[in-house]
Amino acid sequence: MKVADNVNPNVYEKGSVREVTKSDLDEELNDDFDQREIFDIIRNISDPEHPLTLEELRVVEESNVIIDNKNNLVHVYFTPTIPHCSMATLIGLSIRVQLLRALPSRFKVTVEVTEGTHVSEHAVNKQLADKERIAAALENNNLVQIINQCVRSV
Amino acid sequence: MAKLELLQSINAHKGIVWNVSWHPNGNIFASCGEDKVINLWSKENQGWAVKTMLVDGHQRTIREVAWSPCGNFLASASFDGTTAIWDKKSGQFECNATLEGHENEVKSVAWSPSGQLLATCGRDKSVWVWEVAGDDEYVCEAVLNAHNQDVKKVVWHPSLEVLASASYDNTVKIYKEDQLDSDWNCVATLESHETTVWSLTFDKTGERLATCSADNTVKIWKEYKPNNELGVSVSDKESSWKCICTLSGYHTRAIYDIAWCHHSGLIATASGDDIIRIFKEAEDCDPDAPTFDLICKKYDAHSQDVNCVKWNPTANNELVSCSDDGQIKIWKFLDE
Repeated sequence: MKVADNVNPNVYEKGSVREVTKSDLDEELNDDFDQREIFDIIRNISDPEHPLTLEELRVVEESNVIIDNKNNLVHVYFTPTIPHCSMATLIGLSIRVQLLRALPSRFKVTVEVTEGTHVSEHAVNKQLADKERIAAALENNNLVQIINQCVRSV
Repeated sequence: MAKLELLQSINAHKGIVWNVSWHPNGNIFASCGEDKVINLWSKENQGWAVKTMLVDGHQRTIREVAWSPCGNFLASASFDGTTAIWDKKSGQFECNATLEGHENEVKSVAWSPSGQLLATCGRDKSVWVWEVAGDDEYVCEAVLNAHNQDVKKVVWHPSLEVLASASYDNTVKIYKEDQLDSDWNCVATLESHETTVWSLTFDKTGERLATCSADNTVKIWKEYKPNNELGVSVSDKESSWKCICTLSGYHTRAIYDIAWCHHSGLIATASGDDIIRIFKEAEDCDPDAPTFDLICKKYDAHSQDVNCVKWNPTANNELVSCSDDGQIKIWKFLDE
């Protein structure tokens, strides 16, 4: 079996569960997406190499999620646990797929490596921004199975 | 005020519609997409309606369709690695030839102006030139490995056997057949875009090229032949191509397609910001430093990314567009 790139990653505590407020239950209220809701969609994606969530590894953090409801923009920065992580593209793809599946199609989703945290930052970002490559990748059943395993909560 | 008037909106495919292609007569167009289906649309009294559906030609997404100049053949390029050639010699459209050779996804296919050559390109970084060798027979003439990343689009010069390709490696390449040894060679590399070049289009003379990119800009390039009046240095007896205009600050996301109308001279762009824009060359501008003005901006042209725009070849100012939202729209450009 292949040994994980980062055999012994730092593990952090999970955040608390979002508290449901009265206004959340009000069907009449026009309720925009907020940073926390976007984070909730991706925090439980599991790491391809460890039985841990991206939140527990601090690959994703609430403060690295940017949402602009007015212009329908969602921008997520993710931080690989080590700068030469070979799984960076797969992690980014899992985040992107999870957001595309969960968010209304009006949103323009951008997923990028946090600046300065990966040796191939530019190449990974370029690949994740190429919708044609993403579309082709999502027709590969083996890859889709791996992604589905990742996006299924741990 | 110039405007784009919506003539018809069609729920055309299930999932992404990647590409549309006008039949040379302007009364039919083909479309393709994620659902692996090719639809042929024709104009009825009530508007555009699907006339024929071509299914079972490909195993994966169909990325591009292209009518031959004579209008008797339709080529389709697919992520399944093949290019299919369809015709209706038997009375109905059938796939009578399949071009195999690319290692994986084929992303673009184009017929030369004479209809005697076909070009394809794909993720394997290569551009293939095929010769029509006879009934349902296609022979590979050249495999061009000039790009070092996947090749997104191939387009022929409007009247000569000159080919251009756009790539993920940020460049555009021009190819010609050497008259002496019949070898196809890359004769020019156009470098200026900062990231993936998605598409390109020649003007009617073929002496200018417009390219569009994920760097959110459009660039206009001009061919300078050997011994040109301007004194632009040209090496090796081949023309050199120079960027003479950059349209930046207009698009807010990647530009996926660009179409230069050979009748009106207008340039249309399809962008990931859901907008279709029309640019017009300013009158009396310097041919070596032209100005293009944005004369029309159709917000929310589609509800998602616009993937392709094509001008009707019969000079009626009709434009067809398609999108990730599964729709095709037919527009009329009006300049009042």
